[in-house]
Amino acid sequence: MTGFVDVALLILLAVTGVAIIRQRNLFAAVMLAGIYSLVSAGLFVVMDAVDVAFTEAAVGAGISTVLMLGTLALVGYKEHKPQHTPILPMFVVLVTGGILVYGTSEMPRYGEADNPVHLHVAPHYLEESEHEIHIPNVVTSVLASYRGYDTMGETAVIFAAMVGVLLLLSRGPLPLRVFHKGQWVTLPPGARHEDPPRAGVPEEGDGDG
Amino acid sequence: MIDVGLFNYWAVIVLMMVGFYTLIARGNLVKKLIGLNVFQTSVIMMYVTMGKIEGGTAPILVESGEHVVYSNPIPHVLMLTAIVVGVATLALGLSLVVRINEAYGTIEEDAIMDEAL
Repeated sequence: MTGFVDVALLILLAVTGVAIIRQRNLFAAVMLAGIYSLVSAGLFVVMDAVDVAFTEAAVGAGISTVLMLGTLALVGYKEHKPQHTPILPMFVVLVTGGILVYGTSEMPRYGEADNPVHLHVAPHYLEESEHEIHIPNVVTSVLASYRGYDTMGETAVIFAAMVGVLLLLSRGPLPLRVFHKGQWVTLPPGARHEDPPRAGVPEEGDGDG
Repeated sequence: MIDVGLFNYWAVIVLMMVGFYTLIARGNLVKKLIGLNVFQTSVIMMYVTMGKIEGGTAPILVESGEHVVYSNPIPHVLMLTAIVVGVATLALGLSLVVRINEAYGTIEEDAIMDEAL
């Protein structure tokens, strides 16, 4: 049986998700995303994944929110009204969701101890890790020892992302280019985007660069 | 007949589709990234659901003479990695958004397309 707390948290998550879609103030949407992460951390505790829960609370609700707020400070927080009708995206989403629900019909049932996922290496970790690694928290011993290469690869991914972020942000502002009278025009330094490009320098080529 | 054993998976699929809809129907780039985050959290939820054992407890070994049931630690380990990588990709995506805003003066997809054509 799925517990009452579990169902209540999942309904809260769904409500928050719909609120995120409908909210056009991005500041409020980011705050709702933080709430979403925190509620899902609660759900992880209910499902016994305490390590995942505190990582989600710290990283998902904390660092993600800070990163998004920093971005909003640079790009503004107003979202335009959607230009297109939502019929096609809604159709795609409903079809995809329907296929996924159909796909769950053969899934092992929730919480049963003889599901295939519990039968292979997990019993070894639970029984032997105390003698082999001497750490009571099994998640820690699997993360840092049995699957240490996974964690090393994760570190490499974070390093790559950091290099990407630094490369993107460490250069000064790009010169503004606007499309004016059939060609790309580079605005002089200090010009704002709304300025008419009369003092601009026409560029060579057809502007696909 | 409604199968309660599958309720969690269905709820997770609903959340996943909420994120997917935000991703494809909204033109604002920051909103798209929020949708991607919602999608990613729902995938994490699906894996954690698989690891749960009814009547089990968190996989931290306790000294006791009795028989203790622990939930499966492997999905937890994999999802720890996924959360951290998700934040790394979010940071990269947001810095791209900042760069696009510098180049085009807007982060609305329609306005960017109008300007780039």
